[in-house]
Amino acid sequence: MAQLPPTPGQTVGPFFGYALPFQHDSELVPASHPGAIRLHGDVLDGDGAPVPDAILELWQADADGSVPQQPGSLRRDGWTFTGWGRASTDDAGHYSFTTVAPGPTDPGRAPFFLVTVFGRGVLNRLFTRAYLPEDVEALASDPLLASLPPDRRGTLFAAEEPTGYRFDVRLQGGDETVFLRYPGH
Amino acid sequence: MTTSDTNPDAAAATQGEMSAAMAAITQEYERAGVVETQPRLDYPPYRSSLLRHPTKDLHHADPETIELWSPCFGQRDVHPLEADLTLQHGGEPIGERMVLTGRVLDGDGRPVRGQLVEIWQANAGGRYVHKRDQHPASLDPNFTGAGRCLTDQDGTYRFTTIKPGPYPWKNHRNAWRPAHIHASVFGTDFTQRMVTQMYFPGDPLFALDPIYQSIVDPAARERLVATYDHDVTTHEWATGYRWDIVLTGSGRTPLETDLGEDH
Repeated sequence: MAQLPPTPGQTVGPFFGYALPFQHDSELVPASHPGAIRLHGDVLDGDGAPVPDAILELWQADADGSVPQQPGSLRRDGWTFTGWGRASTDDAGHYSFTTVAPGPTDPGRAPFFLVTVFGRGVLNRLFTRAYLPEDVEALASDPLLASLPPDRRGTLFAAEEPTGYRFDVRLQGGDETVFLRYPGH
Repeated sequence: MTTSDTNPDAAAATQGEMSAAMAAITQEYERAGVVETQPRLDYPPYRSSLLRHPTKDLHHADPETIELWSPCFGQRDVHPLEADLTLQHGGEPIGERMVLTGRVLDGDGRPVRGQLVEIWQANAGGRYVHKRDQHPASLDPNFTGAGRCLTDQDGTYRFTTIKPGPYPWKNHRNAWRPAHIHASVFGTDFTQRMVTQMYFPGDPLFALDPIYQSIVDPAARERLVATYDHDVTTHEWATGYRWDIVLTGSGRTPLETDLGEDH
């Protein structure tokens, strides 16, 4: 069948703050969950200045590597892992999710968070992956990482911290985050 | 237009300078002859994008695992009344009541079923309920301007709202945004995730607006313009607009029951 031409994207603009956020949007699990970790970081522009009007979406596998297909993200009950959430950047350009570390979706696969960035001045959503840094063997065999020049690969690694991971998003510049284009998109 | 100053709120350039910059990009696009379907990420006339666009090409990735799935939303997430933006307060909002409806489809024309659609918008006077919106137009105590719904089995969404007004912004001197409704849409694959803006037919501000013009292909940007549909208009109640949303292709082979399947 012939492909229909896609509807173009547009910037999320500056005024999403009363519409897209919702209660517990960035808490995929409560902080009291035994496996809770923090995924957080800054969103920075080409001058290294914080971006205070961005909103990020997180979409990820559960700790056992399964893909969540449970409803309830918008009305969290504290018990159902839906795998999806939203975090707005604060006035210092910082975002923070409370979640669990995703497991490998298949044995030997490098687990990653899928991070989508929207913001004022960002004319279309940007996709990127935040890889967990621990499984060195799996990372070495990851096709996307292998296709990147070594000096850019590091932008896709979440840095391990005592409470979880840090992942900064640099929209522009020498250490610009690798953003993704999928076939047919 | 000077681009050395990167303050997006400087309102320095005139509309004439901005229009000339947009016309130059249009000419360069026509000369190149390669059809584009999405907005440019690097579009200097939209000044907020100057320091916020990636300078390197987006990197090819074959979607895998979670990228081939989307989060699941259900009745628990969205109450049917959230689709009516005119019912959220004690009284009737001011302005032209309207219905916005259409279908969410994938690139093969298949309906995207049971998925979340969110909208948000300014009120009839062009004012958002947002602390950063300083436009001195009235807030409407009976209108917030945010709604949600789930698509049905046919991929159809439907909202009742108030027609938003155009509003000024500080991108350049005397800059005005055409009236629009923001929309956030999910597909069956997360790679289809999109946020966009819907516009109204015949808006005189289209040619002047860098955000609309950042989609340099005329046919592509017209896909953001709803159609007035008298069959959607209802007797003595609301005018009607139709706007279908087509997502980029789906990488995953659809299942018979494309909901609730374990991976």
